[in-house]
Parts: sequence; structure tokens; C-alpha cells
Amino acid sequence: MVMSNLAMSEVKGEDYRVWYDSSASTINCEGSLRLGGSEEYAPIVQLLEGAIASPPIDLLLNLTDLEFLNSSGINMLSKFVIKARQKDGVKITVRGSEAIPWQGKSLKNLQRLMPALVLEIV
Amino acid sequence: MSVVFGHFIEDLPRNTEFLLLGFSPSSLPIKQRWRNNGLSADFLADYMTTFFPSESAHKHADIKSTVSFIANELLENAMKYSEESGTRTISLGLHLFDDKFIFIASNPIAQSAVPAFQDYIKELLSNDPYELYVQRLEANSQCDTQTQSGLGYLTMINDYNALLGWKFEELADNSAIALVSTMVQVSL
Repeated sequence: MVMSNLAMSEVKGEDYRVWYDSSASTINCEGSLRLGGSEEYAPIVQLLEGAIASPPIDLLLNLTDLEFLNSSGINMLSKFVIKARQKDGVKITVRGSEAIPWQGKSLKNLQRLMPALVLEIV
Repeated sequence: MSVVFGHFIEDLPRNTEFLLLGFSPSSLPIKQRWRNNGLSADFLADYMTTFFPSESAHKHADIKSTVSFIANELLENAMKYSEESGTRTISLGLHLFDDKFIFIASNPIAQSAVPAFQDYIKELLSNDPYELYVQRLEANSQCDTQTQSGLGYLTMINDYNALLGWKFEELADNSAIALVSTMVQVSL
């Protein structure tokens, strides 16, 4: 039971891991995500959308160990934020790391897409 | 015959540091080497930090991150949109100047794909890049692959202050294929 639960809430590959810790309402992303396009990102999109399926929720998107994200991945996160914005009762906090330069450059765009989104660069 | 769009410098001086990577479709089908994009991009990034010995660790991380992101995007595009049956090599060059990096990615594309690509480039060059980025996202046209590569270019422009240019060349020996070179300039 625990295993199947884990399988449903985790997506991982050679260089990355994305998992949902429902007890902490946190999605963690780590490693380097450079998948080939929206089809390959679909399992991660499913995991993200699953997390906001039953609002209210105050979701933390923890990216502090996400070293690399390609533009298809940025696209995926942006679309997720637009989806979250359209749902009542969904609050999103995105946590990035000051030590990972792409995050300071690109994560602010998520806040522009969803002004109520909280962006923490720690 | 060739056509140029945006910020494209012809005849780049060769008396600077540069690296040129070539990918030949005859050694392994281009689509089967996706993981090499990341390896190549990280290698270029790591290599270039050598030329900034006195810079801080923070600046090194910034250079690495910028080079790695842009090189990876250019390679992904070159691999995705290359004309498949072609025997021509895809290349990615990275040139180091005092004040900037210049990337040049070259790949063959089907002549039939050229008009749509050029239309997109014109749209990119004549609109506010951030407005265009938001518009593209909100339109939610995730199945449109051209849109996806467009977002990569827009991220370079919006988040990395990059200048982009393109050159399209006709090939004398094959009228079905054109050669496209994408140039990206980023300040140091």
C-alpha cells in the first residue's frame, strides 16, 4: 500500500526526482530536468495537478535542489501556475535557492503569471 | 542565397577562444542522442569558467548556469528540428569575447518548414518579448512544437538579456533542405 502510494506520487529518471509529500503539502523537485517536451513532462504535470485536485490547499513547490530546468520544464511550471490560479482555494509558494542562478532569473515569471504566488529565494 | 534576421554577425572573428562541437547523423540517429545535449551543454559551461580565474564562485556559478541553459536550448532545438534524412552535421559553436559569449548553432531544416519558422522569428522580433511569452503561455497551445521552441528563445531574451539572430542559407546541392544558423549573444 505504501509502495503503490509512493509510486503514484513520485516521478524519477536518470538525473531527476519529483515527489509529492502530501503530509507536508510539498512537491519536491531535484536534479536536472531536461526532458524532450510536453509529452515527456506529462507524468510530472499529472503529479502537480493531482496535488491541487482537492482544494483548499497551501502547496509548497520546493525547487531548492533543482539544479537545471530546460525551457520545456519552465513551460510546464508556468502552465501549472496558470491552472492553479484558475482554482479557488489553491495557494502556492515556490521556494528556490540563491545558489542556483537560473532560479533567480526565471522563477519571478511565475509570480507575474499568478500575483498571489509567494516566491521565496532562500 | 541567404537571409538574415535580428542580430546576426557574419564572419565572426576567429582569433578568439572558441569551441565547436559537431554531431553527425551518420554515427547515431540525432533523435537517439538526447542525453548528449545536457552533457555537451554542461561541458561547454564548465570549460568556459577556466577563462575567468579571478572571478568569484558566485560569478562562476552564474556563467555556468547561463552557458549551460543557452547551449542546451540551442542543441535541443537543433536536434528537434533538424531535417531527419539529412547527412549534414549539426554544430554548436561557443565563442568567447572580452565582454560577451556568442553561440552559433547550425542545422539543416526542411525547406518546407522555413516559412513558418521565419514568420515566428518576425513575430518574435516585432513584439514585446515578455508580452509575447505570456500570450503564448495563456493560449495554452502545448501541442504546437514551434511554440515550445519559441518559449526557449523568449526565455533567453527575457531572463538572460540575450540578443538573437538567424541566418537561412539555401544549399546548392539540395533544394529541399535549407541551413539555419541561430546566433545568441549574451553579455558577461
